[in-house]
Amino acid sequence: MIILIIYVAIFSAAFFAVRFGARKFRQMNDFTSLKTVTFGDESAVRPDRWASVISVITIFLLWGAFTGSKWVPIHAPGPFVGDTEFTYTLEAPDGTQDEATVFVRVFNVGETIEDRETTPGDGIAKNDVLSVGAWRSQLLLMDKNDEVTRSDGARVVSVDGQPVEPGQTVRVSDGKVAVTAKGSLNFSPATGMQMEPIWLPPPESVVSRVAEIASEGYQNFTLWEHLFWSLFRVIVGFALGALVGIPLGYAMGLSDWFRGWFDPIVEFMRPVPPLALIPLVIIWAGIGESGKIILLFLAALWIMTISARAGVSGVAISKVHAAYSLGASKWQLMRHVIVPNSLPEIFTGARVAMGVCWGTVVAAELVAAEKGAGMMIMVASRFQLTDIVLMGIILIGIIGYGIDIMMRKAETWLVPWKGKI
Amino acid sequence: MSTLSIDNISMRFDLPNGGHVQALQNVSLELNTGELMSVLGPSGCGKTTLLNILAGFLAPTEGQITLNGHKVTGPDAERGMVFQQGALFEWMSVRDNVSFGPRMAGKREKDWSGSVDHLLDVVGLQDFKEKAVYELSGGMQQRVALARCLANEPDVILMDEPLGALDALTREKMQGLVLRLWKETGKTIILITHSVEEALLLGERLLVMAPRPGRIHKEYRLPFADDGVGKDLREVKKNPEFGQKREEILSMIWDMEEEIMGRTEEAGA
Repeated sequence: MIILIIYVAIFSAAFFAVRFGARKFRQMNDFTSLKTVTFGDESAVRPDRWASVISVITIFLLWGAFTGSKWVPIHAPGPFVGDTEFTYTLEAPDGTQDEATVFVRVFNVGETIEDRETTPGDGIAKNDVLSVGAWRSQLLLMDKNDEVTRSDGARVVSVDGQPVEPGQTVRVSDGKVAVTAKGSLNFSPATGMQMEPIWLPPPESVVSRVAEIASEGYQNFTLWEHLFWSLFRVIVGFALGALVGIPLGYAMGLSDWFRGWFDPIVEFMRPVPPLALIPLVIIWAGIGESGKIILLFLAALWIMTISARAGVSGVAISKVHAAYSLGASKWQLMRHVIVPNSLPEIFTGARVAMGVCWGTVVAAELVAAEKGAGMMIMVASRFQLTDIVLMGIILIGIIGYGIDIMMRKAETWLVPWKGKI
Repeated sequence: MSTLSIDNISMRFDLPNGGHVQALQNVSLELNTGELMSVLGPSGCGKTTLLNILAGFLAPTEGQITLNGHKVTGPDAERGMVFQQGALFEWMSVRDNVSFGPRMAGKREKDWSGSVDHLLDVVGLQDFKEKAVYELSGGMQQRVALARCLANEPDVILMDEPLGALDALTREKMQGLVLRLWKETGKTIILITHSVEEALLLGERLLVMAPRPGRIHKEYRLPFADDGVGKDLREVKKNPEFGQKREEILSMIWDMEEEIMGRTEEAGA
């Protein structure tokens, strides 16, 4: 909740700073700056570069600030680490009360520390020592040294002077103490507002994981091998899907028999998410490469078929007529008019298909695989190696984004007339 | 002399609801080589259907078309067509569009490059020949379409409102170009238009068609096309006879339109 408020605040502050503060630094001397943007005219809205840059920086700042990153100068309050103490009052069955102090030492998990030293003190309750890892909690074994134990009928009546009942939790300095149902005390040090590394590791540990896995590997394969295998599966599956889907789409667009025959199949298979096919494909082809490639082939096939079909059906009849009256044969019409005319649609389909394939391969690897980006993060999550999981997610995102950028570049290069007709 | 003869053409479209539309009824016409005929008529009079039959995109339900003594059975390079818009191939440069016909006929570049370059000169697109067609203005695109049709050296050129989508000024320039190309090449041209002025200016012969069923209403022989070749077309329009013909044809078409409106109102009532 606090993170959301901070995020909205940064968004607003950056907006006003860039809009009004930086106005004098930005050249506003061309006529396009005077153009009134028609509301709803999406093509007239260009992303503000400043907004994009600040947006990315904000995410990293928040990530760093709430994970205690060394790369970020400001931090959210971290967990309490150090020495603290609280007292409890024990009441014996005969009504005598005695107060004892618990000397607590909170340490970073992974460090080795020594318990604090103390003198037992007098009375029926003796002083205790307790060592707790940050973000953890620890049960106080007070019966070990107290003269009257809970099995004798003694009970804790107050903590730090606050009266307690079993099941209650009270705040003490630097943490809180819960009284369990059986009457023993459980101390949890204050956690602050930072995330525990096991939930969200700081950026630097993710980056160091990249270096480590790139050189040493994880689960018998290096990072690049994992990513390569995922990409390889996508490219082979997509290529096979396009190889079958595009001619099939052309046939469906040109022949009513093909259309009638394949329409029910295509229209039935299209809404089935490829992920739903994973179990079936595993039964048929196992968890090896062929299974993955069959799955991706099926994911790409319908998308490519439908886009090729739409590309053929979308050719203006006047173009076909023009080609015929210029003396083109059927084959020439196909080669010089219908195929090039369908390319923009096919490229749109290819972009969608690549995106779907990339998502599907990761999901398929999550389910079962020996190598691949999805398998890497799945295995890491079983060992609670959150930094590897995070690294995998970031790399999967970057590669997916990269694929889309490459498809768009190829599109403007190969079908420059797209959207200009 | 080779002629285009339209022999008692009728065209009937069956509708899915069991009814039918008589788009053309008993249309007969003879055109000599080198004649330019403009076709006018209210919407629904079957002008475009007639042109599509001439091009071979549609087969008439009755009658037949004969060109140079043989029957027309389908689209062919001997009958070129210029469309209103959108019929250029965006994936080709201007030059590739213009040379499409010769290339499809399997001619080698040295055989067509001369005539294609000449045509690009005539339509004033020599400097744009390597440009993509979507980079050109509407008027330039129609000049490409004209040149593409002429490069194929058809016997008959069919024009389906070729200037309909252009602004008034470009349109006037293009009308002059059409006249010039007609005289220079000596092609037989059939031009469909919605503009009475354009029909008068360009048509050596002018055909007024009537709707429901589509049929020939009246035919004129006009001197304005010959007068206008190579001249300022605005001068031609000042001719009192031109104004008189324009009024006559306009009121004729208005009457037809009103009749249609009346009929639909009756049908509605």
